[in-house]
Amino acid sequence: MIWIDTLVQGVLLGGLYALFAAGLSLVFGVMRLVNLAHGDLIVLAAFVILSVATALNLNPFVAAVIAIPVMFAVGWVLQTYLLNRVLGDDILPPLLVTFGLSVVIQNGLLELFSADSRKLTAGSIEAESVSLGGVTVGVMPLLTFVSAVLVIFALNQIFYRTKLGRAFRATSDDREAVGLMGIRPNNVFAIATGIAMVVATIAALYLGIRANFDPSIGPARLLYAFEAVIIGGLGSLWGTLAGGVIIGVSQALGAAINPEWQILSGHVAFVVVLLVRPRGLFPRSKD
Amino acid sequence: MSDPRKITRLIQLMGLAGVVLLFLVPVIGSRALVQDLFGVLTLLILAQNWNLLAGFAGLVSVGQQAFVGVGAYAMFACVILLGMDPLVGIAVGGVAAMLLAIPMAFFSFRLAGAYFAIGTWVVAEITRLCFAQWKALGGGTGTSLPKGTTKTMFGVPEIKSWLGGSSSAASDALTYWLALILALATLIAAYLFLKSRMGLGLQALRDNEEAARSVGVNPTRLKAWVFMLTAFGTGLCGALLFIQITRVTPEAAFSVLDWTAFVIFITVIGGIGTLPGPIIGVIVFYFLQRTLADYGTVYLIVLGCLGIAVMLFARRGLWGLFTEKTGIELLSLRQLPPTENQAR
Repeated sequence: MIWIDTLVQGVLLGGLYALFAAGLSLVFGVMRLVNLAHGDLIVLAAFVILSVATALNLNPFVAAVIAIPVMFAVGWVLQTYLLNRVLGDDILPPLLVTFGLSVVIQNGLLELFSADSRKLTAGSIEAESVSLGGVTVGVMPLLTFVSAVLVIFALNQIFYRTKLGRAFRATSDDREAVGLMGIRPNNVFAIATGIAMVVATIAALYLGIRANFDPSIGPARLLYAFEAVIIGGLGSLWGTLAGGVIIGVSQALGAAINPEWQILSGHVAFVVVLLVRPRGLFPRSKD
Repeated sequence: MSDPRKITRLIQLMGLAGVVLLFLVPVIGSRALVQDLFGVLTLLILAQNWNLLAGFAGLVSVGQQAFVGVGAYAMFACVILLGMDPLVGIAVGGVAAMLLAIPMAFFSFRLAGAYFAIGTWVVAEITRLCFAQWKALGGGTGTSLPKGTTKTMFGVPEIKSWLGGSSSAASDALTYWLALILALATLIAAYLFLKSRMGLGLQALRDNEEAARSVGVNPTRLKAWVFMLTAFGTGLCGALLFIQITRVTPEAAFSVLDWTAFVIFITVIGGIGTLPGPIIGVIVFYFLQRTLADYGTVYLIVLGCLGIAVMLFARRGLWGLFTEKTGIELLSLRQLPPTENQAR
């Protein structure tokens, strides 16, 4: 019974990792950009929610609703004025610019908010639990997982059912041809990064309620997110959810055997999956 | 002064004088200066190795801290568990890092382009977490070199009687000279390697992979070689660093900020893909750190912004700008066309 419990906790944790990863997956799918600052942007979003919640004395869920347009704007500005300038065939500039951004955001937050651990307090819902066929799960982890499924469902709907999604896919396939059809690739990229930051804000909300956070935790979240994306197969959003669940379950199982092995077993699972399936579980296309 | 070749000659002479001066620092300079310059030289070694990887082989690794950490831990294991001299430990550290590079390359070379960066980073994290389990070397809390190890290290008593002063000063002088020699050796080795047949293949791959393959350059094998060799250099440097620090913890030995982030910024600001670049970068870094030392993490923010600005406006860094404006080239890798009797 304890194993089923561990397994369920792992799956639910995987939902959080899928939320970390969904934004990355979207950005990579649209513009082949590997954003090394994604983890720090999630932490930035968590601090934005915290600031709004404290300043206006709001519940974090309400504060997140205010933070979402703010972070969309952050993503839009970042893409328009910085990242669009370095996109191209050479992989070096975008990698190094986002790496620089990561260090700047991390230390900027450190200056503004100090290294103290913070937490978002959502009230009594944090302690509530429900019974699911013999396994008791917390309401918050369950809500996180359900949100992850909804976010990925919504992103897929945008991608395959809307005009914007068509622009995403078209720009991803052929940047030049799209320009001839009257679409500005740079605008499409800016909107994609904006949406990725909206997802990052949702991830930040659950991250901040689940555990303590401080300015230094971004890079570790980045690694989990990338592992989920790569395990799932580049460009597949449902694959990203599967990847998140695999990382979450491995971490939960590792922690059940020896608490020191939690993070390690997540990384090892990533390596093992890649050795068996070099292109991930559900690769969309040849990239 | 308008002839770039004369100026180039002048700079070469100044460089040579600089090297001689650097060798004399432990004799004429203060101990604080020796320690400061040791830090600068070790960062330079790391930067030169990363420059070879990212700037010439196109392998953007964010996992260099793995090699520093393994080098440091191998040296500690040699001293504490096997009772060897720390200097032997340095060599073992280099070899251990190279051995780690084999499985690391096997795994991370599967990840194309930008994802290689993530792959190396993950392997470095795995290595850190594994070494944190090594209870004989202190596990997660780390361990120190036995008291007096560095004072009785090979060569230290001789240096002490020659320079005068304390044993600690003599051991600082020894590690400093080793760092200086390693930095020079790395620079010369990199120059010779890039001028060689293999180095030419490497640069051909960077400029046009398809064309290079069509004339028989094997990208994977060449890149694997560069990966292993730079791992060796990085591991040597890691072991040397921790002889001076005398205490090792998994967090310090596998620090992504200290051993990879700084190194990336140094190389990028100085000029990635150029041999003098890391030297310029490390000088800028040193003065930035000194000037902004009182403002906490501000220098990291400035460093990050500088790195971003260089990538946006001058991709070949400060050295690239300098070369472009003045026409002065040092350690140029340009190949002259073969002369009549060389051509077959």
